[in-house]
Amino acid sequence: MNADSQEQVVKPTTGSAAVRPPPDVPRRVEPSGPLPASVAAGADGAMAEVARSETTLRRFLAGLAGVDQVGAEARAAALATRSVKAGSKLWAIDTAISMVDLTTLEGADTPGKVAALCGKARRPDPSDTQVPAVAAVCVYPDLVATARRSLAGSTVAVASVATAFPSGRASLSVKIADVRDAVDAGADEVDMVIDRGAFLSGRYGVVLDEVRAVKQACGTAHLKVILETGELATYDNVRRASWLAMLGGADFVKTSTGKVSPASTLPVALVMLEAVRDFSRSGGQQVGVKVAGGIRSTKDAIRYLVLVSETAGDAWLDASMFRFGASSLLNDLLMQRSKQRSGAYAGSDDYSLE
Amino acid sequence: MASTRFPYAPAPESRAVVTLRPSYGLFVNGEFVEPSDGAMFETVDPSSEEVLAEVASAGPVDVDRAVTAASRAQQEVWGPMPGKERAKYLYRIARLVQERSRELAVLESLDNGKPIRESRDVDVPLVAAHFFYYAGWADKLSYAGLGPAPRPLGVAGQIVPWNFPLLMAAWKLAPALATGNTCVLKPAETTPLSALLLAEILQQAELPPGVVNVVTGAGATGAALVEHPRVDKIAFTGSTEVGKAIQRRLAGTTRRLTLELGGKAANIVFEDAAISQAVEGIVNGIFFNQGHVCCAGSRLLVQESVADTVVDALKSRLETLRLGDPLDKNTDIGAINSSRQLDKIRELAGSGDAEGATRWSPECVLPDRGYWFPPTVFTDVAPAHRIAREEIFGPVLSVLTFRTPDEAVAKANNTTYGLSAGVWTEKGSRILWMAQHLRAGVVWANTFNRFDPTSPFGGYRESGFGREGGRHGLEAYLDA
Repeated sequence: MNADSQEQVVKPTTGSAAVRPPPDVPRRVEPSGPLPASVAAGADGAMAEVARSETTLRRFLAGLAGVDQVGAEARAAALATRSVKAGSKLWAIDTAISMVDLTTLEGADTPGKVAALCGKARRPDPSDTQVPAVAAVCVYPDLVATARRSLAGSTVAVASVATAFPSGRASLSVKIADVRDAVDAGADEVDMVIDRGAFLSGRYGVVLDEVRAVKQACGTAHLKVILETGELATYDNVRRASWLAMLGGADFVKTSTGKVSPASTLPVALVMLEAVRDFSRSGGQQVGVKVAGGIRSTKDAIRYLVLVSETAGDAWLDASMFRFGASSLLNDLLMQRSKQRSGAYAGSDDYSLE
Repeated sequence: MASTRFPYAPAPESRAVVTLRPSYGLFVNGEFVEPSDGAMFETVDPSSEEVLAEVASAGPVDVDRAVTAASRAQQEVWGPMPGKERAKYLYRIARLVQERSRELAVLESLDNGKPIRESRDVDVPLVAAHFFYYAGWADKLSYAGLGPAPRPLGVAGQIVPWNFPLLMAAWKLAPALATGNTCVLKPAETTPLSALLLAEILQQAELPPGVVNVVTGAGATGAALVEHPRVDKIAFTGSTEVGKAIQRRLAGTTRRLTLELGGKAANIVFEDAAISQAVEGIVNGIFFNQGHVCCAGSRLLVQESVADTVVDALKSRLETLRLGDPLDKNTDIGAINSSRQLDKIRELAGSGDAEGATRWSPECVLPDRGYWFPPTVFTDVAPAHRIAREEIFGPVLSVLTFRTPDEAVAKANNTTYGLSAGVWTEKGSRILWMAQHLRAGVVWANTFNRFDPTSPFGGYRESGFGREGGRHGLEAYLDA
């Protein structure tokens, strides 16, 4: 998609009640043209300089150290052998619960389903008040208001996917409208998808632009940028896309939509954790990581926490910096938690489905 | 310093899987026998200095009994046996090693001090892999490119070191047995136990008596084996100093020799390398097995343009290394194998300080008992420093810099050794160019300390001669 076709898509929808492109949405720029410096939000001077033009951006991303696939996978596999027991396992389980973005992203979602999920999110285990609430409930934009009402008075945030989730195949104005919808309905966090087509065809400026525009449309809402690593395919791409998202002002980088296989894997998370660590060390802000898709067991969750601890460090071991996008994971965490405390396994019917 | 928010609770592997006997005899002609002169010595757990068992010290008479048993077994049973039958024994040994892998791993970590993660995930699986691999060769020797009917040499005297006690035994036994030789194995005096457990496994596999004999003891036992006139071949892995002495003793005899000795390998990191993985490779290169690795990447040659980046990343990575109880499944760095080795490491590290290099170690609490040395990095190292030239055989890395590929090659080759080297770059053509110009038996590209039974391993110059592993490894045990 080029700037011209973008304009064509925007025009017919301008003025429609459902789609309200904000006046300050930056215009898509020609490749190799300068990017608007005014939207270099979240990055300091050096970072803004990198994003000055498509050329500087491309040079910068190409200049990032590559990722050796064999080495990255070996490192992730080695860390997966860590044995987490006793007190450290209990801490990990409670921490993982507090990091869950309890998610439902189905065509069949209803207000009833979302309300039920919110109940679970506030109090995952009604029989044990010590169990922490989860971090957020993640829904489609049209159900944000429902979730907002159900979570009123709780610490649980409302997260919404947006930007033509999961494919991201829509014009920028539609994506922005999607974000506005979610934010207006009360979303605290917005999970956007990057334009993988633009990324894979080397139009990094387009991706950066979109992230910046969405960040601006988010206002105070936190922005999680979904890279859809299963479609980016290589770890080099994962690292570059992570940097791109961070340069665009992402508060979080997120692995996957959950709609594409493979979703999150340990080596992908490793590469993203290295990216946020390196970004922070080089003077950027501290950006969080969210892993999503296919994480169902406590064992998996603990492996991710080990990865966080030994790659990015203690500063990321907090729900403000690391999240699990999951649905069935929560009950497994609860079962393992009671097993650790009582010594006996609970049955699956001892916990509510949602 | 490991994470303070997420400290891992102790996760020790159970010692109960291993039954330690208070006293071990010699394994001669298929059974455990008392030594003829009755001398015994103790083997200790280097992480606690606890005495694990008493082991027999074989004298010349014991060695002669073992060689006699091996010679008879070679002539009467093992040599005449068809290759496909020998293969069955080797396959059986490999499977038994797998079945008893936990026991072997725990015993190896107890006696050696290496982390259970390494003995469990590296040493023991490779032991089984070597037996499996050479089992496959036993009935195909005519197709090894060594002539139509290569013949075994006879009795192989095999002297193995303490750094990978069981793995080095397997490297030596598997090809020797596959090719129809019989063996007298001499494990290192500080780590005899896993070889003796392997002897039990050989009994369990019903390997014919005398095909493998194990004589424990110190240098004198090894010397008796080297000097025995009916030993047809000596295979030695250990220090360059002892290797030279063995070669002198065998000079002028018809006995064959292969030596796998020391090293001072260069691990070369170019500016275009995948830095995160290169850092992992540096860690694996020098801190794997506490640096008790003959092919350890003990000299880091890093391109000057990225030296600060790499060293900074390396240091912060080293902060996460976990040093302690070798049997804890989360331990990365175990104990130094002996007080003698610890003294040697301290002496050489001390010379680094004295000669003006800058020493750095992560914050790291050493246990009160046992032999321990923290992971250590020396920067500001000049090529003339002892720590840049002598093998330390411990967790000590010397960092040097280079500017161009030619300079990297020149510096890497500027050593009396030539066992291994590592090259880190994303540029394939440079890897090939470097591999052609490095004088090292093994050149790893974008990895380090990776072993496979199909790949030959061995050195140049003072790192020894002869190859172990792969098709090449057969040659050391065959009269082609």
